[in-house]
Amino acid sequence: MSEPLMKLHYNVDGTDFTVAGEASGAVKKVLKQLGISPDVIRKVAIAMYECEINMVIHANGGVIDVEISPDKIRMIHKDVGPGIPDIDKAMTEGFSTASQQVRELGFGAGMGLPNMKKYTDEMRIDTELGVGTTVDMTVYIKQ
Amino acid sequence: MGEIERRFHSVTLDKPMCKGCTTCIRYCPTQAIRVQQGKAKIISERCIDCGECIRRCQYHAKKAITDGFEVMDRYKYKIALPAPAFCGQFSKATDFDIVLTGLKMLGFDDVFEVARGAEVITEKMKELISSGKYEAPLISSACPAVVRLVAVKYHDLMSHVAPLTSPMEAAAEMARREAREKTGLKDEDIGVFFITPCPAKVTAIKWPIALEKSNVDWALSIKDVYMRLAHSIDKITKVEHLSKSGRSGVRWANHGGEAEALGIEKYIAVDGIANVIEVLDQLEDEKIKGVDFIEALACTGGCVGGSLTVENNFVANSRIRRISQGLEDKKGELRDDMDLYWNRKIEYQPFSPLDADFGIAMQKAIRMNEIIEGLPQLDCGSCGAPTCRELAEDIVRGKANETDCIFKLRERVSLLAKEMAELESKLPPSMTE
Repeated sequence: MSEPLMKLHYNVDGTDFTVAGEASGAVKKVLKQLGISPDVIRKVAIAMYECEINMVIHANGGVIDVEISPDKIRMIHKDVGPGIPDIDKAMTEGFSTASQQVRELGFGAGMGLPNMKKYTDEMRIDTELGVGTTVDMTVYIKQ
Repeated sequence: MGEIERRFHSVTLDKPMCKGCTTCIRYCPTQAIRVQQGKAKIISERCIDCGECIRRCQYHAKKAITDGFEVMDRYKYKIALPAPAFCGQFSKATDFDIVLTGLKMLGFDDVFEVARGAEVITEKMKELISSGKYEAPLISSACPAVVRLVAVKYHDLMSHVAPLTSPMEAAAEMARREAREKTGLKDEDIGVFFITPCPAKVTAIKWPIALEKSNVDWALSIKDVYMRLAHSIDKITKVEHLSKSGRSGVRWANHGGEAEALGIEKYIAVDGIANVIEVLDQLEDEKIKGVDFIEALACTGGCVGGSLTVENNFVANSRIRRISQGLEDKKGELRDDMDLYWNRKIEYQPFSPLDADFGIAMQKAIRMNEIIEGLPQLDCGSCGAPTCRELAEDIVRGKANETDCIFKLRERVSLLAKEMAELESKLPPSMTE
């Protein structure tokens, strides 16, 4: 029997702030039902939420594919936004290109990418200006 | 005793009264109710005794187990501990002394307001917040339904819950000590009776989550006491001066009262279980920042909205506000000989995963998603589960069938009918031309 693999797919609406967090919330629910340990759930939830918010703020939404296998949780966030000009700079804590309007909503503190890196075991960013960005993150499940 | 044997829930079903309608399952905040064989069934491990189902059931089939007055006879000295909300129940009462005198008329030797316990907890909470030893924000532990909610649902927030005993427990300890000093009686001769606005408090007495044992002996419901007192309260001629609580302690009855008493700015006061869940979800996802304290009460309006109260919660709120206006502000006294901390660690008690084996749990989760796709997703409740998602979960847990869904059943019947019609048209060779 092959290893079970659970695939979840979500569309993130880039025009509505209030729906950001729905995908990470839904994934959290599934992980709880699987009996995955709270600290793994927390890492996944925070990393995913940060990424979801970024998709809404910067990239007009996108799609998220989540794959859960017995040893890891992989989250692939794909958008067709403007792309990230300088990834190293974007990874710096406190660096943000968010608009004033977004900052007034309490976002854009420049902790998005650093937090995603901090809470995941693997993170890969593929980005091309004017084409879009794919953030591929993995959190391992230690059994 | 093991944890399972100790388990007690005040919220319970009055089976003959239950019509098997699906109102309660929709409102249960922890999805702890199913309707099976025409009757509601509470899943014990999921119930937090918030009393939401009691409030919602129009057939009054959900009840709270509370104690009866007959247990009073067992004690030489009986003390009534009215919750702050109790004093807001009587339209004819213009001050709290009238209500407390009324309680003594029912046979209590003394009364001790839980509001005084609240004053003490307020002082202790101020200490905790300013100590810097706790990760902000501290979540109030005054509402036992909220504490249980955190224990079943929010692992990462457990360390935020203030490890303090409740105003009820503090008041019981103070009342008992006073009575001992006054009468010289032994503890077992002194009966402490909490007059409760809600079932969660009853559970907190009979099955405490963070204490070895409650200081309170019995729980009488505000409703029951009200029944005995409502007719006589305006006939009291000699009003004793019994109320000793100050303004802020009394106002714990209303939402926001506890937080306001702390005299801090950075707090959130949330009431109503659905609102509490929204705030805790946000807190768990680290979306709430810069807050030192969260007052979270399961009932809308705070304790005045408890499911065992009589008066409309907005009316009671107004009455308590008005009467307490004239009270002085008293500060609770912290004593070294009073332990206001929990003496048992609360444990994370999540709902069981789909399976103990991770691989099987995953297969079940995958199957569950497939089932959900095939369900109408109308969340009609006719199957007895609150949502299609819950039905799918029940199916993979082996507790329900796909045909419990009336739409699925109809599909199957329609298929069967089609098949029968086909069979009917097939004639044996002897009859065909």
